[in-house]
Amino acid sequence: MLNIYCPYCEEYREEEEFTYAGEAHIVRPPDPECVSDEEWGRYLFHRNNIKGNHREMWFHATGCRLFFNVIRNTVSYDIEQVYKLTDTPPEIREDQHK
Amino acid sequence: MSEKKNHYSGFGLFKHALSFHEHWQRVWRNPQPKPFYDVVIIGGGGHGLATAYYLAKVHGITNVAVVEKGYLGGGNTARNTTIVRSNYLWDEAAHLFEHSLKLWEGLSQDLNYNLMFSQRGVLNLGHTLQDMRNIERRVNANRLNGIDGEVLDTAAVQTLVPLLDCSPNARYPVLGASWQPRAGTARHDAVAWGFARAADKLGIDLIQQSEVTGIRVSNGRVQGVETKNGFIGAAKVGCVAAGNSGEIAKMVNMTLPIESHPLQAMVSEPLKPCLDTVVMSNHVHGYISQSDKGDMVIGAGIDSYLGYGQRGSFPVVEHTIAAIIEMFPFLSRVRLNRHWGGIVDICPDACPIISPTVIDGLYFNCGWGTGGFKATPGSGHVFADTIANDRPHPLAQPFSLDRFVSGYLIDEHGAAGVAH
Repeated sequence: MLNIYCPYCEEYREEEEFTYAGEAHIVRPPDPECVSDEEWGRYLFHRNNIKGNHREMWFHATGCRLFFNVIRNTVSYDIEQVYKLTDTPPEIREDQHK
Repeated sequence: MSEKKNHYSGFGLFKHALSFHEHWQRVWRNPQPKPFYDVVIIGGGGHGLATAYYLAKVHGITNVAVVEKGYLGGGNTARNTTIVRSNYLWDEAAHLFEHSLKLWEGLSQDLNYNLMFSQRGVLNLGHTLQDMRNIERRVNANRLNGIDGEVLDTAAVQTLVPLLDCSPNARYPVLGASWQPRAGTARHDAVAWGFARAADKLGIDLIQQSEVTGIRVSNGRVQGVETKNGFIGAAKVGCVAAGNSGEIAKMVNMTLPIESHPLQAMVSEPLKPCLDTVVMSNHVHGYISQSDKGDMVIGAGIDSYLGYGQRGSFPVVEHTIAAIIEMFPFLSRVRLNRHWGGIVDICPDACPIISPTVIDGLYFNCGWGTGGFKATPGSGHVFADTIANDRPHPLAQPFSLDRFVSGYLIDEHGAAGVAH
């Protein structure tokens, strides 16, 4: 069971209160009419699928119902950092295990 | 060339008993890799081993190595809930899975290895009117494609599965089910070992404990693979690494439309025979069968987060067991004996990717997600054909990477039977 710190509620809550919301920082092409089918397909379907420290979004479904970002290691499942959608994404620190 | 293998038979079993079973021959060799192969298969699970076998058996290509980072069949092949069926909705998927099911029928004989393939049937339960409409639709689609299937009502389901709670007062009453009689289960380890032994016998080198760390490409053409134990040259490379496919793709600066999630499974303590078919429910969400050892083999949905840890979270186990007990109340006091997880490579349309790539001689077979085990022989067979002939096998053609550009996705979430 993951214990996730919600940056809005400012406390750790159990995984069951949240919904996983996918890879973070995926930018929608600003002009969809002007991208190639390959680029559009990559935006819609391709993902980095990181084995290691992964930037992802979580949604506090049974709490504040807000989205936020998490850096979580997809091998150890340790949560390294949590930050709001409006924060500048923090660098992944050197001392964080891969 | 491999040494002459003992042919497994009832007579052989008797003969070996006379010497206390102390002189069985090793099932496969453990060779040092050669400097160059015609084909290197990355991934020594069921699909990779099947690919190697069919390359040799059907295409006469025997200068092949399977390179596996751990031990053969130690990934998802060792961790699934053993269900084999072909009742998929869309023509493209139905034909591919039915091709695989037809290969399963007779595979034990073909490989001279007991796969414990048991065509005990599979039920997909319906608990709502919409479930039943979906079931009618899928069974009709199956029958139009020459795949066996029937729609059963509650009484017929109860007759097949006496211990299933079919009472009208259940929280999610069983209104009926689809029934595929030719479906069933198989022993998952056995299919890996069966293909491994048969491939080794045909001269294929199985290289274990040899993680691939890079793929060498020159002038747009594959040259070979870098491994922990050195470089192995290859004219063609087939990647069959399931949940780790993204890591392999990164080696050639490729991304894939897959995400790797934990999928958990569990078995109960052994019980006397009480369930002689496979029961799956999308709605309540769980699936169960009974192994020949007597344990109830149980699974359900993936953990929603990305995970390479071969484990998941306890709430998923709780929801799974709640669903199983809803269907089989008699199990409420039975204990779970063992629990584990795999890494499933999920595609946006719950269908696989079997595809050449922009790099000459490099092919990918991945994205089978939660439904790879049943496709083991079919996947190996069409991927071997794709590699041998340097073009997609007709059954593999709809599953190329191109469909994520053209938009021609094949949505099999319903038939997958595993919550994504």
